[in-house]
Amino acid sequence: MTDLSQWAQTGLRTRPRVTVPLPRLPRLSPLLGWLVPAALLLTWYGITAAHLVAEQILPAPAMVADAFATLVRDGELQKNLLISLSRVAYGFGAGALAGLLFGAGMGFSDRFARLVRPSFMIVAQIPILAWLPFLMLLLGIGEALKIVLVAKAVFTPMTLSTNAGIRSVPVRYLELARMLQLSAWRTVCRVVLPSALPHFFSGLRYGLTHAWLALVMVELLASYEGIGYLMVYSRQLFQLDVMVAIMLVIGAMGLAFDRLLALGEARLVRRYGSTS
Amino acid sequence: MKRLVHLLGGGATLPLLVLLAWSVTAHLGWLDVRLWSSPELVLKSGWAALRDGSLLAALQASLTRDFAGFAIGAACGLMLGLLLARIRLADLLLSPTLNTTRQIALFAWVPFLSLWLGNGEQGRIAFIALGAFFPVLLNTHLGARQVEARYLDVARALCLKPHRVLLTLVLPSALPQIVTGLRLGLIYAWLATIGAEYLFSTTSGIGSMMMDARDLFRMDLVILGMAVIGGVGFILTTGLGLGLSRLRPHGVPPP
Repeated sequence: MTDLSQWAQTGLRTRPRVTVPLPRLPRLSPLLGWLVPAALLLTWYGITAAHLVAEQILPAPAMVADAFATLVRDGELQKNLLISLSRVAYGFGAGALAGLLFGAGMGFSDRFARLVRPSFMIVAQIPILAWLPFLMLLLGIGEALKIVLVAKAVFTPMTLSTNAGIRSVPVRYLELARMLQLSAWRTVCRVVLPSALPHFFSGLRYGLTHAWLALVMVELLASYEGIGYLMVYSRQLFQLDVMVAIMLVIGAMGLAFDRLLALGEARLVRRYGSTS
Repeated sequence: MKRLVHLLGGGATLPLLVLLAWSVTAHLGWLDVRLWSSPELVLKSGWAALRDGSLLAALQASLTRDFAGFAIGAACGLMLGLLLARIRLADLLLSPTLNTTRQIALFAWVPFLSLWLGNGEQGRIAFIALGAFFPVLLNTHLGARQVEARYLDVARALCLKPHRVLLTLVLPSALPQIVTGLRLGLIYAWLATIGAEYLFSTTSGIGSMMMDARDLFRMDLVILGMAVIGGVGFILTTGLGLGLSRLRPHGVPPP
């Protein structure tokens, strides 16, 4: 039963504990990371320029750039990206809030935790993908399906990490707060939040990654608009150049989400988190 | 009385209440039985599917796919992770590219793989392998970097060959992290299996069974599929997870 929370905790631990200082390489080293992408791009260009494979299998880099420019010029990309992002925003907001409340409830009240934990585990154990056909039958393939699915994808990690965060507050500190007769609000702000904040944030980061994954999935399968649909559509028309361009956009969005939350995390934890 | 309260506060209450409410409302005809099914119907269809062998056949197809993909993905992730962790040049060369590639949502690969490798089994297994690859790679990389410097100094002083260092030092100390990676890899491989069965045109497996059931509005089979997927995921993570966590470096006592 504890397996899932254990998994979540180990899965969420993203930073190495000890890293061995390795011998320093010359200052050029950051540039080395660009070598492989550059080589790949060159190979890609070479293969297409020499017509080693058909254009329908691997479009030339210039074609992909063209397709991207066309998508932007027509506003297709912006329109569909906006639709996808608003779906993520609604689903993420709802899922994160629900997970926060639920996880806090489980963290603060043993009785509540005992009551709902097995039910939560059952729901969490069934992956979002398995919920998909069920929700499709229930909600149809409209907006509700996407938002509920994204919310579910966020809810599980958020609940687990909020719960873990609150449980990570040292009991001694809580006792001290009680002794000092701090109000509930001040206890939360001064005692609970500092040690729980890093957990919240790993829950958010994890949740956002899952939300994006779930959204792309559901848009590939059952949607008439959105970035995932754009990809399926271009696949059906064998427009590989468009497909590659969209794939790059999807990757860039994932990267942007991750960086954004990492930045926010660093700021907030530095400001409110405990240093220990 | 206190015992009753204790019992009611237990974790079994909520699921049982939901089941009861579901069953009662279905039988009273408050819910559209066709759409909502009923617990008994799910059990009956489950039994029927088990009897005619269709459930087991689907499960077998899915699991074969899952393990094939996982084996390929995990092996690649493990080797590459060790390489990146121990060879600085490889790390500098490849890690930025791999980290960026990882950000592409897994399912966005499906249209590509289906185009390049065809809609058949190859594409599906490549997709599942990709799902398992990244968590294993990431955790192996992380674990293999954490070897204690003192030990490495000793190894250097003893002039140990690189493969001895790898086998006697790096692998044992990275083991816990590698196990974490393998478990995560298993979870992702299973997810990818279901996803592959939805997205590639497939005729076998639990995922396609569920999609077919959805097309036919067979809610009972959809719920059965959910239970099977959840159950298999649970067995994979706890069963194999337990087996994996028995792997432990020499001299480290069980937790």
